[in-house]
Amino acid sequence: MAVVGGEPRCKNAPASSRGAESRGARVQRYSIFSLARNALNDHADWERAWRSPDPKPSYAVVIVGAGGHGLATAYYLAKEHGIRDVAVLEKGWLGGGNTGRNTTVVRSNYLNDDSAALYEKSLQLFEGLSRELNFNVMLSQRGLMMLAHSPHELRAHQRLVSAMRLNGIEGEMLSVEQVKALCPILNCSPRSRYPVFGASFQRRGGTARHDALAWGYARAADARGVDIIQNCEVTGLRLEAGRIRGLETTRGYIEAAKVGVVVAGHASVLAAMAGLRLPIQSHPLQALVTEPIKPVLHRVVMSGAVHVYVSQSDRGELVLGAGIDGYNSYAQRGSFHVIEAQLAALKELFPIVSRLRMMRQWGGIVDICPDASPIIGKTPVEGLYFNCGWGTGGFKSTPGSGFVFAHTIAADEPHPLAAPFALKRFETGRLLDEHGSAGVAH
Amino acid sequence: MHLIPCPWCGPREESEFACGGEGHIMRPADPEARSDAEWADYLYMRANPKGWHRERWLHRYGCRRWFNLIRDTVSHEIKAVYRMDEPAPKLEP
Repeated sequence: MAVVGGEPRCKNAPASSRGAESRGARVQRYSIFSLARNALNDHADWERAWRSPDPKPSYAVVIVGAGGHGLATAYYLAKEHGIRDVAVLEKGWLGGGNTGRNTTVVRSNYLNDDSAALYEKSLQLFEGLSRELNFNVMLSQRGLMMLAHSPHELRAHQRLVSAMRLNGIEGEMLSVEQVKALCPILNCSPRSRYPVFGASFQRRGGTARHDALAWGYARAADARGVDIIQNCEVTGLRLEAGRIRGLETTRGYIEAAKVGVVVAGHASVLAAMAGLRLPIQSHPLQALVTEPIKPVLHRVVMSGAVHVYVSQSDRGELVLGAGIDGYNSYAQRGSFHVIEAQLAALKELFPIVSRLRMMRQWGGIVDICPDASPIIGKTPVEGLYFNCGWGTGGFKSTPGSGFVFAHTIAADEPHPLAAPFALKRFETGRLLDEHGSAGVAH
Repeated sequence: MHLIPCPWCGPREESEFACGGEGHIMRPADPEARSDAEWADYLYMRANPKGWHRERWLHRYGCRRWFNLIRDTVSHEIKAVYRMDEPAPKLEP
């Protein structure tokens, strides 16, 4: 048994032997010292980063979905609001949905004031997150450029940059010469079928490690007493007199005073359990990586017209993404012609990739909303809250989404940043069209 | 990719088609009499099921006709094809 903080402690003791309150003070801290100490012990003594408790019969708050958003929500409930009697239920393994399948891009270059505020809040949380969570989320603010391939696109990007600046978010326009200097392997020939006219650029944009974000939030939430319960599928929601009472799950019935559902592509499935309808359509979104090569691409590059976006991972793989498949699907896979089209686009933009082997391809289930903006807030069922509709843009918003959703649940009122994204906007007509900023074809 | 069985052209590659989403959505005959909530339901709210889905597809790069499909959104199996003016076949439970 390792002795941590002066008290004997069994690393792999059953969850029941450790109270929610007592764990918080004694979670193992990652540091150069703990790394050195464990290196001397062949790394045999690292503690589990989170427990695997059995579900309790009831909780104050149950979060459905242990993706990045759900885990972040649980963390902020505990940290910002002192609510620790929380369970996060996950039908599979934590972070195994879209959180583990995205292309890791982080940015806040959105057009509408309300969107810009929320995505920028998320980016600002990202900037302090590794330190806050004591977990390296590998935020790499390498710069993100969105290419303009015509005079009209150039004007649209100039409008976006102006909108960003008016919202206090830095952004700039790049000439084609500046684009070429930042990205030497990009084909900037004026004779190209879709030549590069310039680009909008967010210096603080970049990438982060998707798994690390889930794991960092999971460890930090667990350390504050949150129960993360995997292999636990919600099969029904029990309502009584217009209010949530509890959840039927594959691991038994769990009573809950408040339930926050944040399950991305499965939003409609959960909504139906409460008799609710959503404007969500679930579509495949595919991604793929190339074989590793030496560092050749030092920015994130997105092209709307020549449709593909790409970054290079720390392993040297080019990480590629493009548009959704055009049909509804929960299969976590898509059709190959979508891959062929984006590789044609990639080769047009970066001729040197023509010999690269594609190593691995996968898909997720994205919850597409008619205006490409999320739905966050209360529902007609008292105590039931939904956070969905992030579609193709959920990774970058993980911290911000969790932050505002935790507030919405704790206060039973939407956080001011989340208020414009209420489900009710589809009745009032105040949609927030972010198809352009989504950067992904719908 | 899917092989989509166009009722007129036979099975063709998915890339020849556009998926029109949920089928059998009827435009209310009396829009002015509808509440905002009812109108929003017609415009935006969708079933989006995990399982059998009644959809409409357009053979965009072929005969350019619309038709209906019943397709499973998990296995992508196509169970039925029928014309726009035909009622949906019954689904076994």
